[in-house]
Amino acid sequence: MNFSALPLLDQAVLVLAAMALFSAFALLAQSRLLSAIHVFAWQGALVAAVAALTGAASGDVNLYISAAITFVLKVLLIPWMLHRLVRRLALERQADPLSYPALTLLAGAAIVVFADWVAAPVAQFEHSATRNVIAISLAIVLLGMLTMVVRRQALAQVLGFMAMENGLFLAAVASTHGMPLVVELGVAFDVLVAMVLFGVFFLQIKDSIDTLDIDRLSQLASSVEQDDDTEPPR
Amino acid sequence: MDRVLTLTAALLQPLLLLAAAPLLVAWIRRVKARLQNRRGAPLLTPYRELRKLLGKEAVVARTASPLFRIAPYVVFAATLLAAAALPVLSTLLPGARVADAIALIGLLGLARIMLTLAGLDAGTPFGGMGASREMLVTTFAEPALLLVVFTLAMTTHTTNLASMAASTLAGDSVLRPSYMFALAALLLVGVAECGRIPVDNPSTHLELTMIHEGMLLEYSGRHLALMEWAAQLKLALFAVLTVDLFMPWGLATRLTPLTLLGALAALVLKLAALGALLAVSETVLAKMRLFRVPGFLAMAFLLALLGLFAHVILESAL
Repeated sequence: MNFSALPLLDQAVLVLAAMALFSAFALLAQSRLLSAIHVFAWQGALVAAVAALTGAASGDVNLYISAAITFVLKVLLIPWMLHRLVRRLALERQADPLSYPALTLLAGAAIVVFADWVAAPVAQFEHSATRNVIAISLAIVLLGMLTMVVRRQALAQVLGFMAMENGLFLAAVASTHGMPLVVELGVAFDVLVAMVLFGVFFLQIKDSIDTLDIDRLSQLASSVEQDDDTEPPR
Repeated sequence: MDRVLTLTAALLQPLLLLAAAPLLVAWIRRVKARLQNRRGAPLLTPYRELRKLLGKEAVVARTASPLFRIAPYVVFAATLLAAAALPVLSTLLPGARVADAIALIGLLGLARIMLTLAGLDAGTPFGGMGASREMLVTTFAEPALLLVVFTLAMTTHTTNLASMAASTLAGDSVLRPSYMFALAALLLVGVAECGRIPVDNPSTHLELTMIHEGMLLEYSGRHLALMEWAAQLKLALFAVLTVDLFMPWGLATRLTPLTLLGALAALVLKLAALGALLAVSETVLAKMRLFRVPGFLAMAFLLALLGLFAHVILESAL
């Protein structure tokens, strides 16, 4: 079957999925927190659009609902909460450049190849036109994980985590036309609750040790001891 | 008879591009001026500049070797030859059989090598600086450009630019993710290769940041005219390359006066739109620091690579 023989809706789904993959790379490379949050919001919008288009192609009403939930949560609510968190933590101007940008991006490219290789047997059993999106969504999940690995800033790691969830949702939508609505609602609220918890948790960390840089968190014990040695207890 | 007609058309196409190149530059300057609330120079100014330079005496530094004198001719000829591999108005292009997209990149590479050698030749600090920076940009831009060509070649099964355009013309309207990425990558690479903002600023000799102008600093008279004209031709070449690969609609597949006229009108419209786009992007963007250029071009490379992946994962396995 030729690509140009696909219906236009399916082609649009593939284009949007490819753009979501690009946004995962952008999230990986973006050093400014606020811009990274915007990239994450765009990724959510792309995934929601994929769900809506798949719904239009298959006539499945459930998909419209999950697209709406994704849009409200991932494009509006969570980015807004992250924005507020960044402002409260005064991290607006914080830049967290990658230590090895070229190496990280190459690793990302390798991940895409790996994801394609892993997903190839899975895709053979499927008969949907959008089956190749499985490879893309697996790549998005792994890229989100890579983001969590290479980033030092705790908030950026949360973004990587949320991006992984985006990838899973994309895989569910593209391969099986969405999860059952109950599961989907459960996952959506899980993510929301996780976001709220992350927010509270970060405020606490910031309060007690005055940084969200993961590299410094490991020095916690020794620095406290030093403080005890040098300063008299208040 | 048909053969003669095709050959004449093939010979005339690069010359047409050569003649139109200063106009494209003037158009971009004009749009930029309008966006900055200035009236802008008349559209014929670049032609007048070229005529003025061609009429002037060429001064050559005492320290310069013969290479310095040869370089402008080589740069000009190589760029013109590269332009001959492009379908400007019609896809019937005998020259394209000799030179495909890879040869085009090679010819541009030859022009660039001569340009950088000439920049180094006179031994001035600015020339050397410009040359080393140009090489820095090339190191990142050329692989990305090649990847763009490969991405498109995987879909069209050819590296011949005329056949590429023809096969895109013959196919149905398709939304290809790989084309989208390749287009974005080509636009970024084109901006870097032609020395436009945000990589280089074509309209200044004052800053310590110049790249292309730094290499031309020692040139004067007809040598300078040839170098400037080659640079303008290169900009037009990249614009036509973008148009040919991604929106070839309007290109003539048969040689009749009517189709050629239609192709010319389509080309003028598309180039004007592309030029206006460049002018807008140059107005809203600031020139970036030199050390951020590799990051900019790494993004172009990544986009081209993603185009390749998108083709393999999404388009070919079906």
